[in-house]
Amino acid sequence: MSALLEVSHLVKHFTRDAGLFRAGTRVTAVDDVSFAIDEGETFGLVGESGSGKTTTGRCLLRLIEPSSGEVRFRGENVIDFPKRRLRDARRDMQIVFQDPYSSLNPRMRARAIVEEPLVIHKLGARAERDARVAELFRLVGLNPAHLDRYPHQFSGGQRQRIGLARALALNPSFVILDEPVSALDVSVQAQVVNLLMDLQEQLRLTYLFIAHDLRLVEHVCSRVAVMFLGKIVEMGPTASLFAAPQHPYTKALLSAIPVPDPDAPRRRILLDPASVNRNAALREVAAGHFAAI
Amino acid sequence: MSAVNDVSFEIHAGETLGIVGESGSGKSVTALSIMRLVQPPGRIAGGRLMFKGRDLLTLDDRDMQRVRGAGISLIFQEPATALNPVFRVGDQIAETLLVHRRATRREARTRAIELLRAVRITDPDARVRDYPHQLSGGMRQRVLIAMALACQPSLVIADEPTTALDVTIQAQILDLLREMKSALNLSLLLITHDLGVIAETADRVAVMYAGRIVETGPVREIFRRPGHPYTRALLASMPGGQPGQRLRAIVGSVPLLDDLPPGCAFNPRCPDRFDPCTTAPPPDYAAGPAQTAKCYLHDPASRAAPRTTHSAPGTS
Repeated sequence: MSALLEVSHLVKHFTRDAGLFRAGTRVTAVDDVSFAIDEGETFGLVGESGSGKTTTGRCLLRLIEPSSGEVRFRGENVIDFPKRRLRDARRDMQIVFQDPYSSLNPRMRARAIVEEPLVIHKLGARAERDARVAELFRLVGLNPAHLDRYPHQFSGGQRQRIGLARALALNPSFVILDEPVSALDVSVQAQVVNLLMDLQEQLRLTYLFIAHDLRLVEHVCSRVAVMFLGKIVEMGPTASLFAAPQHPYTKALLSAIPVPDPDAPRRRILLDPASVNRNAALREVAAGHFAAI
Repeated sequence: MSAVNDVSFEIHAGETLGIVGESGSGKSVTALSIMRLVQPPGRIAGGRLMFKGRDLLTLDDRDMQRVRGAGISLIFQEPATALNPVFRVGDQIAETLLVHRRATRREARTRAIELLRAVRITDPDARVRDYPHQLSGGMRQRVLIAMALACQPSLVIADEPTTALDVTIQAQILDLLREMKSALNLSLLLITHDLGVIAETADRVAVMYAGRIVETGPVREIFRRPGHPYTRALLASMPGGQPGQRLRAIVGSVPLLDDLPPGCAFNPRCPDRFDPCTTAPPPDYAAGPAQTAKCYLHDPASRAAPRTTHSAPGTS
C-alpha cells in the first residue's frame, strides 16, 4: 500500500481583525499537522470541538486555504494548483458534510442535487447524466422513483445518502467524511455506517473519517490521529492506540467515553494541563504508533 | 396528533430514571409536560401527574409556579441559549431565589456564590459577575445546574444535559450530576438519546419510541436482557464487537407521529413481528421481575407464538 494523500506541516491561522475595543488576534487552528493516508484505508481524525479537525479536512480540499504546508495527493502538491487544475483535482477528492439538513439546497430536487457535479464538470449528455443519477441513487440505497422529491421529503438518513450520492457522482477515489452520522438518529446511524463500508469495498474508496464518536471511530478506522488544540498529539493503528493510549489527552478522552454497559468498570482519567508538553514532537512509541510525549 | 401517548412512569425519591429515545420519540415533550410548560397549541389532553401526593394537573398557575423551581426544576439541553446573554450569571441564579425564596439581594448573591462553588466552578466570587458568553460550554452547563439546584428541589429534570458538550466535559457534568444527586438526595429524570450516558447514570430506564414508553426496567436488566425488540435492536446496532464488521442496523426509519403504522409503532422494523403486532398497540406486559415491555412476545396468552431468536434484525 502506498500513500494516496500526504499532509506535511499544514498550518492554518485565522486572524480576528482589531475591533473598536480589542486588538487584532491570531488563532492557530491547525498547527503543524502532518499525516499520510494509504490507498483504501479509513483514516480517523478525532478531537473535540475547536481541536482543528474540521479545519484540517477543509484545508485538504482547499475549501479553506491553508496558511502554509503541503497536501500531496498522488504525489502532487494540491496547494500549488492553479484554480482550473484544482477544480479537476476535486473530481477525485470529495467531502460529505455532517448535517444533511443544511448541506442540501432545500429548493433543489434530489435529482438536481446529485446531478450538479456532473453539470459543473460538463460530463455526459442529458440522457447519460440521467442514467448516472439513477445509478447513483440505487448505489446509495435510494429509490430512483423518488428523484424528483425535495430534501424535506426525505428522512435524515436518506438525506445523508443523497449527500453521499452527490459526493460519489464524479467517481472520486478519496472522500472526506466530516461527522457523517452524528446528526442522525441512533437507529439509523448503523445503516449509513454499513453503507459507507460497503461503498468503500465496492468502489475502492479511501476515507478520511472526521468524528467525535470514538466508539464508531474504533469500529471503522484502520488508523487514527488525535487532535488537541490544533496539533496531532497521537497517531497510530486504531487497535494499538485504543488499547494503549500514550498521550495524557488521549488517555483522558478515551476514559470519558460513556460505555453502554452498566457493569463496565469506570476509571475516569482527568486531563492535567500541566502534564501536556505543548512542544513535544511526535515520536514512535510502538510500531507505527506515535505520541507527542 | 399525539406527541406522547399513554405514558406512565414513576420516579422514587433519590432515584435516577433515564428516559432514552430518538428524535420525535416524545421524551422532551414528556419533560415539558411534567413542568406544565407545553406551548400552545400543544396541550396535555389527559392523565395524572402526581408529585409528592398532589396532582400537578389540578394546580392553578400560582401553585404550579411554586412547584417549578422549588419542587421540580429543569436543566435544558443547550447551555448557550438557556441562559440570558444580557444578565450576569450570578443575577440569573439569584433570580430564582428572589422569586421562590423571597431572599434579600445580599442573601441571594451569597447563595449564588455558594452554588457556583458547589458545582465546582473555580473562583466563584469572580465568576458570579461574568456574563454567559465569558464562560465555556461546560461552565455554562454548570451554571444551569447551579440554577436548577438553587431552591433545593426534590426532582431535577435534565433534558439532554450533555448533548452539546464534548465527551471529556460530558463526563465531568455526568459525574457532577451524580454527586449532586447523592449529596442532596435528589430524584433525577435524565433524558437522553445516548445509551452510554444511560448506562453510566440511570438506576432505572424507560425506553420511548414514537410517543410511547415501550419498555421500563432496572438499568442492568434493560442492558442484559432487553425485553422489547426495539431496545434489543438499538443495543445490537451500537458499534463494538469486531472492528470493520458491518453493524447490525435496524431497517427503516423512525415513523412520523402523524403517520404511525397500525398496531405496534415498531412493527414495520421489527424482526420478531407476528400476527397480533399489526392489530392494536400492545399494552404493558411483564418482561421480568421489575421489567415491563409493550410487546406481544410477552403476552402470556400468545406463548404458543414462535418466540423468535434474539439474533440481529435484517440489515439494510
